[in-house]
Amino acid sequence: MELVLAIAMGVLVASGVWLLLRPRTFQVIIGLTLISYAVNLFIFSIGGLRTGADPVLHEVAGDIAQYADPLPQALVLTAIVIGFATTALFLVVLLASRGLTGNDHVDGEDGTP
Amino acid sequence: MSIHLIIAPIVLPLLVAALQLVIGERRRRTVATLSVVSCIALVGVAVALLLAASQQGDGAAMTAVYRLGDWPARFGIVLVLDRLSALMLLLTAVLALAVLPYALAPWRHRGGHFQPLSQFLLMGLNGAFLTGDLFNLFVFFEVLLAASYGLALHGSGPRRVSAGLHYIAVNLTASMLFLIGVSLIFGVTGTLNMAALAELIPRVPARTRALLHAGAALLGVAFLVKAAMWPLGFWLPRTYAASTPAVAAMFALMTKVGIYVLLRLSLLLFGDGAGPASSHFGSGWMLWGGVATVAAGIVGLLGARDLGKLAGYNVAISAGTLLGAIALHQAAVTAGALAYLVISTLGIGAFFLVAGLLASDGDEDTDDTLSLEPYDPGGVDSRSDALFAAEDESRVVLSAPVAILGVCFFACAILLAGLPPLSGFLAKFAMLAPMLDAPQPGARVLFTLIVVAGFCTVIALCRAGIQIFWAEPERTFAQVRVGEIGSVLLLLGLCLLLTVMVEAPLHYLGDAARQIHAPASYIHDVLPAAQVAP
Repeated sequence: MELVLAIAMGVLVASGVWLLLRPRTFQVIIGLTLISYAVNLFIFSIGGLRTGADPVLHEVAGDIAQYADPLPQALVLTAIVIGFATTALFLVVLLASRGLTGNDHVDGEDGTP
Repeated sequence: MSIHLIIAPIVLPLLVAALQLVIGERRRRTVATLSVVSCIALVGVAVALLLAASQQGDGAAMTAVYRLGDWPARFGIVLVLDRLSALMLLLTAVLALAVLPYALAPWRHRGGHFQPLSQFLLMGLNGAFLTGDLFNLFVFFEVLLAASYGLALHGSGPRRVSAGLHYIAVNLTASMLFLIGVSLIFGVTGTLNMAALAELIPRVPARTRALLHAGAALLGVAFLVKAAMWPLGFWLPRTYAASTPAVAAMFALMTKVGIYVLLRLSLLLFGDGAGPASSHFGSGWMLWGGVATVAAGIVGLLGARDLGKLAGYNVAISAGTLLGAIALHQAAVTAGALAYLVISTLGIGAFFLVAGLLASDGDEDTDDTLSLEPYDPGGVDSRSDALFAAEDESRVVLSAPVAILGVCFFACAILLAGLPPLSGFLAKFAMLAPMLDAPQPGARVLFTLIVVAGFCTVIALCRAGIQIFWAEPERTFAQVRVGEIGSVLLLLGLCLLLTVMVEAPLHYLGDAARQIHAPASYIHDVLPAAQVAP
């Protein structure tokens, strides 16, 4: 499971960074979104990957180690919300830039005439 | 002092901003009154907190801890007030109050929701200064960044939207690095409380120490983007030059947030007590990064052809200076650096406002910053049309704006260059004198570069001043409203006041520096004594 997750995050970040460096604003925003997916997966996995661990909601007798770590879950929720909000805001700026400059280059002007 | 006063700098702007959003843009007078009340109250609260923080320390410095939800620090989230955070709170509140008259004066030309956004910015800034927890730091950073995105775009126009697009993209990427760094640190240590981290770091096994360092380095890169260290700070001059003057003046504080966090974390987590493997981790990078930032700032400053960029490169130079100074890990240098931080923030804020006044021509949609002549001798003055502005009859007009603006410009130049009569010199001297005793080889390089940067600031600002005030006698200046010039005079007056009364502030800053250089008391105060770490 660790390997699959690591490969997934690696692919997401690699595609995200490549897109982030592209000249079109839409590519940039998709790149940012992909990176934020990878980061969210990463935060989620730092508590240690386990299958079948109980959430802290259930009363399970015995060791505290039987529970899944709740803190990364709380962190990832916050990160998702904030990431979503900032991406939405970026989208608005992107549209404004498109409207004001008439093209979708990140610098507001195309190199090619 | 009631302990609940500590959370007031966060709750008050939040409530005021929410109220202003509900009231709506049309009732400008109510919204403006609310902002004024909020800013004055924030200054009052900050002064009270500053006094409380300075009283606590006789010998063993105390740190006030506010436990949110009353959970003990290892489980719950804490706000921590020590001398450094109280100082930053006061600086934020004073800058916000001083900029407010400027922001209120020309409201006719501005876009919407300036006041609520700036209150949210204050909330984020205050929260970032107070928090004692890395993840909360992320949340407050996002709050202040989200507000700053709105403010950077304030007034709209292609130039601002284009600069804002870059600013947002860079900062979103930096936030991702922030999150990766935070989660790596959490993965290694299992806590995000700064005091608990400081306690755990000496005991991290060698096997995972590299991961911890990688996390801290990623976190550091995220802050260095905010602090505009050289290869990471290309967004800064353009964004600052493109924003409206009042916003840019508030943004003068934004790079200082990055500096503040780096100062706090590097001393708390990687100070002398962090064990041989981790102590002073990253300080070499910060020192040479600071040197590179100052050098790049000098080049930019000498090449800048408009006042906004000139001020932007001044921000970069002051960030680089601070970065290098705090990397030396010397209490005396840090005390001087804090003085320099205060003076340079106020000075650069005033300079942005003056630059805005010199260029303001009533038409906010066009280029706000005044561009200077290009170097080719036969250059045609292309911008003169923009400077001859239609006058608005209803403004309250001062009789001699040119003289006042000239004096303000001159005062800003002296402050930023650090020349003798004003407090800029005192702050720079307090920082540079102990720097020569630092053992690091880079300290001399930094010292030399800071002095050179002072000279280059004089050259660049003299050239700009001569072109603006002397070279073209027929140039007319836009008229100045009382509120706008009031802001500038308030900021410069504060710097003047700090020139006259030096003793008490410097004493306080020395105490603050000693306090953050002895993190043991911070850790002891934040973590409940009964609990021993596993």
